[in-house]
Amino acid sequence: MTRILGIDLGTTNSAIATSTESEAAHAVQVTQVTGPGEIAERPTLPSFLLLPSEHEVPPAHLQLPWSGPLRYAVGTFARERGAELPHRLVSSAKSWLCNPSIDRTAQVLPFRGAQRELEKEMEGGERVSPVNASARYLAHLRAAWDDANPDEPADEQDVLVTVPASFDPVARELTVVAAREAGFDKVTLLEEPQAAFYAYLAAKGDAWRKELAPGDVVLVCDVGGGTTDFSLIEVANAEGNLALERIAVGDHILLGGDNMDLALAAIAGKQITDAGKTLDAMQQRALIHQCRRAKEQLLGDKPPKSVAISILGRGSKLVGGAIKTELTREQATSFILDGFFPVVDANATPQKRRAAGLREMGLPYAHDPAITRHLAEFLGRFGRMPTHVLFNGGVMKAAQLQARIVELLRAWAGRDVGVLAGADLDLAVALGAAHYGQVRSGKGVRIRGGTARAYYIGIESSMPAIPGFAPPVKALCVAPQGLEEGSTVELPDDELGLVVGELSNFRFFAAATRKDDPAGALIDADTQGLVELDPVEKLVEADGQRTAGDLVPVKLEAHVTEVGTLELWCVARDGNGRWKLEYSVRERE
Amino acid sequence: MSRFVLAWVCFFRILFGKKLPTEAARFLPEGEPPKQLPEKVIEKPVEKPQPPKVSVAQHHKEGALALLALLQREGRFIDFVRDPGMLDASTTDADIGAAVRAVHRGCLKVIEQYLSLEPVMPQDEEAKVSVPKGFDPSEIRLIGEAKGEAPFKGTLRHKGWRVVEAKLPTLAEGVDRMVIAPAEVELSA
Repeated sequence: MTRILGIDLGTTNSAIATSTESEAAHAVQVTQVTGPGEIAERPTLPSFLLLPSEHEVPPAHLQLPWSGPLRYAVGTFARERGAELPHRLVSSAKSWLCNPSIDRTAQVLPFRGAQRELEKEMEGGERVSPVNASARYLAHLRAAWDDANPDEPADEQDVLVTVPASFDPVARELTVVAAREAGFDKVTLLEEPQAAFYAYLAAKGDAWRKELAPGDVVLVCDVGGGTTDFSLIEVANAEGNLALERIAVGDHILLGGDNMDLALAAIAGKQITDAGKTLDAMQQRALIHQCRRAKEQLLGDKPPKSVAISILGRGSKLVGGAIKTELTREQATSFILDGFFPVVDANATPQKRRAAGLREMGLPYAHDPAITRHLAEFLGRFGRMPTHVLFNGGVMKAAQLQARIVELLRAWAGRDVGVLAGADLDLAVALGAAHYGQVRSGKGVRIRGGTARAYYIGIESSMPAIPGFAPPVKALCVAPQGLEEGSTVELPDDELGLVVGELSNFRFFAAATRKDDPAGALIDADTQGLVELDPVEKLVEADGQRTAGDLVPVKLEAHVTEVGTLELWCVARDGNGRWKLEYSVRERE
Repeated sequence: MSRFVLAWVCFFRILFGKKLPTEAARFLPEGEPPKQLPEKVIEKPVEKPQPPKVSVAQHHKEGALALLALLQREGRFIDFVRDPGMLDASTTDADIGAAVRAVHRGCLKVIEQYLSLEPVMPQDEEAKVSVPKGFDPSEIRLIGEAKGEAPFKGTLRHKGWRVVEAKLPTLAEGVDRMVIAPAEVELSA
């Protein structure tokens, strides 16, 4: 019997859960290196990869029950020791996976910034691509599973890997590539907010049908360590049964709990330096840890007036060397609650600072830290107000943050908004993925949705060139929104051609709010709501039938695979050949 | 191996997730001989060659050292108990308090991570309790003279601690456990 493995490949933490046809989804502890030469289980695998030199960490300290001495570590010890070796630590690989300003298959991590890039040769040390790093996390989960379950090897099971709903087709494709690199030949992708919703369904059993009614709209509000993700799921009536449809997906927002912990640490750190004390890198790390706990206490259900912070001195002498400060309830309220979750109007939009001319390459963090403004814009864009909210992500453990979002939703909607109590906020996505595996085999209700966006390719109009003006570009809809897995659309009629022997390159766009564009619709590329993605390209080689320079008339086909990725195909009109357009992952201006 | 030594060996092997020595088989409940053990081992435990004593002692030592390393890393336990400031009369309670808070947090984290504990007796301390007939003297320590037969009446002074589950880390080979905390050198830029 095939087992289902649900893998939450998170920005800061990964988790794995399992189920079978008859066994409910449950989380699986992950064996990992937790200290030098210490191996233990933890509920999650921190998504950190440490690539130390032998001087920094002896390989014997990194061995696992299924390996000999290793030159790298992932998980808890990688994160802890990596704080002292930031130049050897890969973190947030998932955010790099969807960052078009770098080549995501190039070995650029640990990221050292533009200036340090020049010193790369001198510094040495192993570096990996965002795809490699993701593959290491998946490979670790696979090896840990296989070690504990030798009779049920992971790659022979039904494996689901979750991705942010906002992941574009390239990032999804790269996730599948990483899974393959990790030895999972066949995986299926599932959107994280949907997984969180499945975890709710699994936890409730049939009782959810009493909690939700046709016409209800559920906001899945997922605030993780590094990213924030919103989705809307609508409850509909299908022949007397309740049906679920994912109707909207938000943008990829690089903003999460880590930013909040850093904000509190900056405040506490300033209090410490104002008192004439300084903190080194390790003490800074300890400070962030304590600030995270202080945040959870001060924004929890019954907040204390203040939380004491004490950082021990670095030497072996402790007494008298501790650095003390405290964070108050007022500070947490004004900097975290009002800073990241301010009370705003329903028509608020995030502030967009113009990118500076010489911005250093790095992760495109959200400019506006106000999660509630991002939320207002998301709901405003789709013109739908939720009737219920389901929280996910570790940040949302803080009761006051949940309460603030509910308060705002109620004010914006002008009516009550219910809170759906889901599963464990840290493990819900993995649990939901494991539950979805059961749903796919016909047990339980499935969320319909298909592709979250409509996709377009850019077609230059054949206007005569005017000096100084780029020829206007039209966007041809190749895949309408809501295309289900396993379905294919053919474009009715168009005049596209590939030039033999040359790299044909098409601009590629997505739109989240153009539900009604059918395949073949032609709109202006500067239409509002259209976002440019990485281009797609194909080189058709000259062969016996075709000579370089020939123009091959083709028609386009879009195919959403069972895996959950989008493929674009060019089919020769003369029937002699078909070519898959490849996503270009090279860095883009 | 004497029963006392065997009991200790078993204790630490179970604590650190290792297999029990084969000699322990004779203490298993009757009727359920472990399948993987050949019959003769159970019948003639005396003839089984003794495992070298040094490896047993070594194993137990490594586990204890690893636990100390954990308490030191997370809670600076050794730094704290060895701190001369603790013996210095001029050290203020406020300074000790600030250090203790952090030491306590770290040590508690280790204990909670790897051990689950419960009191041996659930009653409140200072409550009047009765020690039933057939009690285990290793679980309940009687203070004062026990007259006649159990049950005994008395006052619960300490409720005791029992480890319900110990899931200590597995220890990799080839790591010098005598180094509880490495020296730390911050490199100059």
